Amino acid sequence: MTSKQTKAGKLGEKITGAEALIRGLEMENVDVMFGLPGGCILPAYDPLLKSSIRHILVRHEQGAGHMAEGYAHVTGRPGVAMVTSGPAATNMVTPLCDAFMDSIPMVAITGQVSTSAIGTDAFQECDTVGITRSITKHNELVMSAEDLPMAIRQAFHIATTGRPGPVLIDVPKDVLQNTMSWNWPTDDEVADSLPGYKPNTKGHTRMIKEAAQLILRSERPVLYVGGGVLKARAADALRALAELTQIPVVTTLMARGAFPDDHPLCLGMPGMHGTATAVTAMQKSDLLIALGARFDDRVTGKVNGFAPDAKIIHVDIDPAEQGKVRKPDVPIVGDCRLVIEEMVKAIQELLQGGTSQADLKPWRSRVSGWQEQFPLTYEQSEPGGPLKPQYCLEKLRDAAPEGTILVSGVGQHQMWSSQYWRFNEPYTWVNSGGLGTMGFSVPAAIGAKVGRPDKTVWAIDGDGCFQMTAQELVTASIEKIPVKIGILNNSYLGMVRQWQEMFYDERYSEVYLSPDTPNYVKWAEAMGCVGIRVDDPSEVEAAIDKANSINDRPVVVDFRVDAREIVYPMIAPGTTNDAIMLPPSQSGRKEFLK
Amino acid sequence: MSGSNPYGSAPTHHMLSVLVQNRPGVLARVASLFARRGYNIFSLAVAPTEQAEYSRITIVVDVESAPLEQIVKQLFKLIDVVRISELDPRKSVERELMVATVKAGGTERAEIVELVNIFEGRILSVGADAVIVSLDGSPEKLDDFTELLRQYGITESQRTGRVALPKLDTATKVSKALNTQGKAK
Repeated sequence: MTSKQTKAGKLGEKITGAEALIRGLEMENVDVMFGLPGGCILPAYDPLLKSSIRHILVRHEQGAGHMAEGYAHVTGRPGVAMVTSGPAATNMVTPLCDAFMDSIPMVAITGQVSTSAIGTDAFQECDTVGITRSITKHNELVMSAEDLPMAIRQAFHIATTGRPGPVLIDVPKDVLQNTMSWNWPTDDEVADSLPGYKPNTKGHTRMIKEAAQLILRSERPVLYVGGGVLKARAADALRALAELTQIPVVTTLMARGAFPDDHPLCLGMPGMHGTATAVTAMQKSDLLIALGARFDDRVTGKVNGFAPDAKIIHVDIDPAEQGKVRKPDVPIVGDCRLVIEEMVKAIQELLQGGTSQADLKPWRSRVSGWQEQFPLTYEQSEPGGPLKPQYCLEKLRDAAPEGTILVSGVGQHQMWSSQYWRFNEPYTWVNSGGLGTMGFSVPAAIGAKVGRPDKTVWAIDGDGCFQMTAQELVTASIEKIPVKIGILNNSYLGMVRQWQEMFYDERYSEVYLSPDTPNYVKWAEAMGCVGIRVDDPSEVEAAIDKANSINDRPVVVDFRVDAREIVYPMIAPGTTNDAIMLPPSQSGRKEFLK
Repeated sequence: MSGSNPYGSAPTHHMLSVLVQNRPGVLARVASLFARRGYNIFSLAVAPTEQAEYSRITIVVDVESAPLEQIVKQLFKLIDVVRISELDPRKSVERELMVATVKAGGTERAEIVELVNIFEGRILSVGADAVIVSLDGSPEKLDDFTELLRQYGITESQRTGRVALPKLDTATKVSKALNTQGKAK
């Protein structure tokens, strides 16, 4: 920025810290933010009145954080949340940790007590930067209004580059009130202010060549695709790599949609509740090409029994992921898109130079044998019989307009959503993977709809999850954000119930919620939404059609589903992925997985 | 800070020299990262460097090599961390400072003074029945000195964290002496 005039104001102009904060957000092209005012952040809410930024007033600060995450998930742009000090900042802890675990770009602004009061246990004071230190990519307490523009520029730069993540800026009240001289640091000044932050995006050429050779030599390769592929906008590059090499693809919970489920090379999700084919293909593989994936325990099962014969190519922008869980044979630190594109070129060069690829036909036919033998399956719903959650999802999926974004909470319904939806486009799946935050889906869906108002947004929630953050539907009604919520209501904390059934001899402890309280239809209506209740399989389609036809307010559909339903397949905790538990109808064929 | 004494050439003895931006909270970031990942800091020394905007943190950690590699990578992720060098104890000069109050009545006082002289230490303060001695040197030398003083009765003692720099020799240029893992350019 060389001109004397930034688009938000004249350089050197005397303005308050609060005005500088809002100007800074405008300069960073923030179009929407989620928040709730209070004592210490109050000064920042005044210049907001004349700002171009849309502010969405939430009902609980946790909602603001998850909305910012949902927005970031679907747009790829940093989500912004602004709340006050003390309890508001601590309410922001869960979303920050969630964004940290799932590498979501997010900027949180918290109010703080005045600089003179810091450390005195003042009203609504807490050590926000101390509390959030280990759950943010970076955080900063800004002690002078003059420093605000640099702090904002650094925050957006850090949140969106390298491995993305949440950054928190803590701003004392007097810093917002004091006068400062408006300035806006240049890119070079920002870079110079961060001598310890230089993420490496370009992979090592020799390592990429080595990877290309290994890929062509391997006979049982699998592309193990994680959320980093989505963060790097690398879906097209991935498709080119898969189609060039004809290597089957598994997409982790964080990567659903990075590769089309309808593609013949797609094996679905691996892991604890992954498809038998995805799990087994990894187990039997001789080469895992991990792309932006972090060998999470939910994917590997017992680590020392995971993919025992596989060599590992590990592409990740975060050097600390290399060797954290599994030692790679070929580590490549870099941006997934850039590295995959280079990998494709390196493979093409080798092929043109006369190197031939190992014959993958035997491997592909073995894999397709598993696909035929072990599709996802459940006992179908019959009219008058119990309503199956998977049936609801299949009907929702089939009726969903193209490009529908699916958001989920955490638990059984999350796993069924990932299993039974068909994700054919990137950025159509939003969920809390690493932290497993119950209550994520309602606010995240609202944030997603704000980010992509052109798309239908369905949230699939459990009744346990819904009760944690449902009040944000008031926000959605008032702000005219027409999200659709499908509650797979089994009256239980379903996943906990499943573990108690399987691993605690059906001794159900504190998992039964209630068959009739709350009344979800009345609750939805009280919050300004349309409420629909579905008890019988025969009512499902009509209810979904009705929900899809409403676009002027949120809709809540209360699906009363069978509480006995179990998520299959399952790998019991502490066991290896070879010990996959299949649905009862397939358990007789386990020898096919050998 | 706990654990067995990793002084000497024990395989679990590692020294990290961490160059950080001299900013509020940076020590807390480094320390909480160690705590969060479950590694013990054995000793710690922090002070500004020759450039005022940077501080150097010298950390002695008590871990095997594999977790050390992970902790170094995690440290790199801290925005304020600029450079990390792992110092090989065989190729570094290390110094610590200790001060100790030792009981010194009657004839023992002369023995203690002699011991201090032999070790090239100093007497900082003299009381009726005790003296305060100081010694700087390699950690091993301080260990020996402490051991010899013990028979007289050490009332209180305090050691600094270790500071260290890579050793030089006639064949080594300064630029090559640091086994530095800087951040990518």
